[in-house]
Amino acid sequence: MTEQLHGLYVRDLRVSFDGFTAVDGVSLDVAPGDIRFLIGPNGAGKTTLVDAVTGLVRATGSVRFGDRELLGRPVHRISRLGVGRTFQTSTVFEELSVLQNLDIAAGARRSWATLLRRRHGVPDEVAEALEVIGLAGRADQLAGTLAHGQKQWLEIGMLLVQDARLLLLDEPVAGMSHEERDATGALLEKVSRDRTVVVIEHDMDFLRRFARTVTVLHAGKVLSEGTVAQVQADPRVQEVYLGHPVDAAATPLEA
Amino acid sequence: MTTVARDPVTADPVPPPEKPAAGPSRHRYRAAVGFAFGAALLFAVAPLLLSDFRLSLLAKYLCVAMVAVGIGLAWGRGGMLALGQGVFFGLGGYAMAMHLKLADAGPGAMPDFMLLYGQLDELPLWWRPFASPWFALPATVLLPMAVAFVLGSLVFRRRVRGAYFAILSQALAAAMVILLIGQQGTTGGTNGLTDIQGFFGYDLDDPVNQRMVYFIIAGTLLALLALARHLMQSRYGELLVAVRDGEERVRFLGYDPATVKLVAYVVAAGMAGLAGALFVPAVGIISPALIGIVPSIEFVIGVAVGGRATLLGPVLGAVAVAWARTALSERFPGTWTYLQGLLFVVVVAFLPGGLASLIGLARRRDDGERPGLLRRLRRRAAEVSP
Repeated sequence: MTEQLHGLYVRDLRVSFDGFTAVDGVSLDVAPGDIRFLIGPNGAGKTTLVDAVTGLVRATGSVRFGDRELLGRPVHRISRLGVGRTFQTSTVFEELSVLQNLDIAAGARRSWATLLRRRHGVPDEVAEALEVIGLAGRADQLAGTLAHGQKQWLEIGMLLVQDARLLLLDEPVAGMSHEERDATGALLEKVSRDRTVVVIEHDMDFLRRFARTVTVLHAGKVLSEGTVAQVQADPRVQEVYLGHPVDAAATPLEA
Repeated sequence: MTTVARDPVTADPVPPPEKPAAGPSRHRYRAAVGFAFGAALLFAVAPLLLSDFRLSLLAKYLCVAMVAVGIGLAWGRGGMLALGQGVFFGLGGYAMAMHLKLADAGPGAMPDFMLLYGQLDELPLWWRPFASPWFALPATVLLPMAVAFVLGSLVFRRRVRGAYFAILSQALAAAMVILLIGQQGTTGGTNGLTDIQGFFGYDLDDPVNQRMVYFIIAGTLLALLALARHLMQSRYGELLVAVRDGEERVRFLGYDPATVKLVAYVVAAGMAGLAGALFVPAVGIISPALIGIVPSIEFVIGVAVGGRATLLGPVLGAVAVAWARTALSERFPGTWTYLQGLLFVVVVAFLPGGLASLIGLARRRDDGERPGLLRRLRRRAAEVSP
């Protein structure tokens, strides 16, 4: 339902570790239903930003999803507000089957009475997710035996059954083949119909094909923001990525 | 509602796994057969074959096995290395022994050791409720569960885990022993509560009554196994394994892992308490030496040897280790400690899944829930070779 589509609104977000400021006053808006790519050199603060949004690290400022403030809540409460994330390394439960992984992801709101009973059959939302992520034939296989790309899809499937309305994906296509990247991109487009998606990614080809909007982070700050074309044309971005502005008439840069 | 198309985004090039998982009916059938077999073994074969003396030893081992069932749940499935289960075993044991001592002494009288140490004019206040079986019997289970609840609530929310949790639980066992020994006048000190004569009106010296105690213990163990099996196969059991393997990930799915762990820990404590309570009529004594650090570790060794993540592994391991201990220390006194240490090291180093992973008692393997030993070895070999 479209009324469940919310945007992400970050205001003046700061995260410091022992005096080092990893995220330094970031403000950004992600429109409902957007596929926003976060890019930037290593250490730009991309993952830390996601960590702050999901409650893993302490931050100041404000992060709102829809009209709910996220900062200050514990991780599992933020998750229950519809914020789901994946990690750079796959974190599926390897000793459990694909079906069990999805069933657990679907169950955070289950009562103890339900938890203490055995699962019978496959819940509808899990069956649906199995189809969407293309693992229907592998429901009973151990997650640990999946190929790398399949694990990443399982992670995304877990976010779907978790009913996350905001998906924060940390390098979802790292290590994937071309075919797998295409499939992942198609998956993102499909899920963004009723969800807001934020992707951290280094793969520029993937970004050009699937990003709707892009935010470039550099040294904990927003360097540039806009469509792919706008960001690509931004001389400051070229400076950061290539070491010098392609256009000689460059704007002055902060170090 | 989510509106997602039904067509798969990705073509799946590999065929689905060749072996479909066993259906619930087959599960249940096999479990029923297993339980019938276990019951026949415990209720018919063992009493027929074993002498009274051996049968009372078996009763003792089965009490250890009850503790093991709980550790299998908390450690094997939940990843909490509970190195201090002696505390809960002891709480249950002392609660039962206090009641039996008071019953032995008769209404209004004081237990013999209190008169012996002679400093008390009347029964201490905290002993009094244990005169009633209606208080003492539930207390054998609820007291350990309550202590585990308080401890677990404090510890799991603060994200104490791994070795820190193990050390903490062990420190608790040490503290409890020190407390018991220090309060000799009211706890019997190092001697513990000894020379228990009767069990709800039945004379424990009578072999017939000893058999009755054995049957109660065997029945209780089967009931605890059924409970553990149900928990492991419920959604909660799956969630518990998920917490064991990825506590942070579970948090990001919207669960509070502390609550999930707490439940398994409290259930394990209740099982240990019940085991301690039944240990008392079977053996006739409870003392600090039976519940301290060393016995706490021995509980865990049996579980590790048998296979901590399986249902039957902990039980068989606990019985086997306890039996080996008796058999070997009868013949070669003094060597058992070394053998036990060696056994633990060998199992942890070479057979982390315990004996269950060797002899195929791990039924999970057949269900495709877990790769078989061969496949795991092959995978490990593949990792090692360049």
